[in-house]
Amino acid sequence: MNTAAFTMFLGIVFVTLIITYYASKRTKNASEFYTAGGGLTGWQNGLAIAGDYMSAASFLGIAGAVALTGFDGFFYSIGFLVAYLVVLYLVAEPLRNLGKYTFADMIAARFDAKKVRGFAAMNTVTISIFYMIAQLVGAGALIKLLLGLEYTTSVLIVGILMTVYVIFGGMHATSWVQIIKAVLLMGGTFLISIVVFAKFNFSITEMFEQMKTATPLKEAFLNPGVKYKDGIDTLSLNLGLVLGTAGLPHILVRFFTVKDAKTARSSVVYATWIIGIFYVMTIFLGFGAAAFVGTNDIVAANAAGNMAAPLLAQALGGNMLFAFISAVAFATILAVVAGLVLTAASAFAHDFYNEILKKGKATEKQQVSMARYAAIGVSLVSIVLALGAQTLNVAFLVSLAFAVAASANLPVIIYTIYWKRFNTTGAIWAMVVGLISAIGLVIISPNVFSPEVGKAIFVGNPIFPYTTPGIISIPLGFIAGYLGSIFSSQKADAKKYDEVLVKSNLGIGQQ
Amino acid sequence: MEAKKITVNHESDYTAIVQSTSFQTLLSEKKKFIIPITIFFFCFYFALPIMTSFSTVLNNKFIGSITWAWVFAFLQFVMTWGLCMLYSRKAAKFDDLAQKVINEGSRG
Repeated sequence: MNTAAFTMFLGIVFVTLIITYYASKRTKNASEFYTAGGGLTGWQNGLAIAGDYMSAASFLGIAGAVALTGFDGFFYSIGFLVAYLVVLYLVAEPLRNLGKYTFADMIAARFDAKKVRGFAAMNTVTISIFYMIAQLVGAGALIKLLLGLEYTTSVLIVGILMTVYVIFGGMHATSWVQIIKAVLLMGGTFLISIVVFAKFNFSITEMFEQMKTATPLKEAFLNPGVKYKDGIDTLSLNLGLVLGTAGLPHILVRFFTVKDAKTARSSVVYATWIIGIFYVMTIFLGFGAAAFVGTNDIVAANAAGNMAAPLLAQALGGNMLFAFISAVAFATILAVVAGLVLTAASAFAHDFYNEILKKGKATEKQQVSMARYAAIGVSLVSIVLALGAQTLNVAFLVSLAFAVAASANLPVIIYTIYWKRFNTTGAIWAMVVGLISAIGLVIISPNVFSPEVGKAIFVGNPIFPYTTPGIISIPLGFIAGYLGSIFSSQKADAKKYDEVLVKSNLGIGQQ
Repeated sequence: MEAKKITVNHESDYTAIVQSTSFQTLLSEKKKFIIPITIFFFCFYFALPIMTSFSTVLNNKFIGSITWAWVFAFLQFVMTWGLCMLYSRKAAKFDDLAQKVINEGSRG
């Protein structure tokens, strides 16, 4: 076992538990639990969004992908960032003005039907659990490599910590764990980037010149097409990346933790700067790992390249830097899974329990205790699923969550805010068709079926040729919402849409 | 913001606000800004994967070993930050227009 890494891991656990302790004193009612009372400032929430978003898949996955596939790995960084323009221009402010605690609140602000809220909550839970399995599988593999603990033990440690943060500290604890993680991650990444850049004599041209010969790919490393050889598949991936963020429930709930649309806006601006700078630095992480660790060693540690960043830290700064970067990766995972548990638990406790079952009349105490039970339930289910999913590719699960979010949530969000004729039937069609088509296409895709033994879950020929479903399932979600509205006998409620227009644009009449 | 405290009680109030000139101005100003920019950034974004997938023109050198693909990729970052700041500036104007609608509402 690596003593330095172990000590720093304990340090992270200690600090986060102290945060949780203080947060627990402030978590007295439903609003504190779900949204930290809506009291975060713009820059706090900006950091928290960054901390919520930059997952292990971004940090470890993209560093590895750039190190092993060069330019193609960088596609993720670009898509993950440009996605914030969709959030800022189309979604953030209306969402803040229409919703209260959950994504389903916003849809319910227009359609006061239990079915609509139910489907929206179900999508939230489905997407969050997919995303969580990805993070937990990554966490298990990472801790196993770093500390030598068994996969099962590792998943259980992360699982217990995330549950503790959420049930005791709610959104207060979750937000501050995310803020601290964002600072640590930016600091660690910046440090490595500077050292890498120094090794290339602070010259971009020299860096590219050297990368031409540094990897077995030679010059191809710097050109697109190493990994994504099929144009349609590349477009499908990019579509999912750029549209997925605005439909991810755990990102959307972060906009309810600020007091108004103006603050929601400024938090996206802060987040976009932070996330953008981070993704630029993934070039240095990836190039550095390829040049100073080497393809063979990266692949030997983990075939998908997930160990590229920690190995680079070791190559550059020895055991201490390795321990630090590993601890940062650990904090990264904790912050993201805590946000996911909270989001899924809110959907259960607020949408299913309070709004649907209790017709919005549960007491504050009932709501908070139900949210705590839900957090435990969500954690248990995710841990069990993650234990069974050890061999699944993490990046695949994350891109699946993005594609499902873009297909099942984004169409209903856009139509709810901007389309007058949208109605209940359209909303349900959009959510159901988006969800089923995205998941269905993945089940028949090359990720699940491969003619080569051991390459995917089943041996066989995939019916759907592309690795991500976005290019088909996202348009299907939009078309279903359109057709459902057009062909339904029900008339759109023009008065209700006026109310939505006024609330979403002026921020008045909120609860 | 004091004016935020006004409450709208009847459905007809919402319709009246929507039909007011100041609210329609706000909506059309927003549309004029948001729709073209959104179309622009989608086109700019998808131009990269389309060009890298269906042509090799971006594999040409820009300076030294840096190809145009990397330059275009970096421009995506510049575009995102730029449009982010542009939105903040524009949104401050929308806030003023929204405030005008709210003030009219509380007076009437």
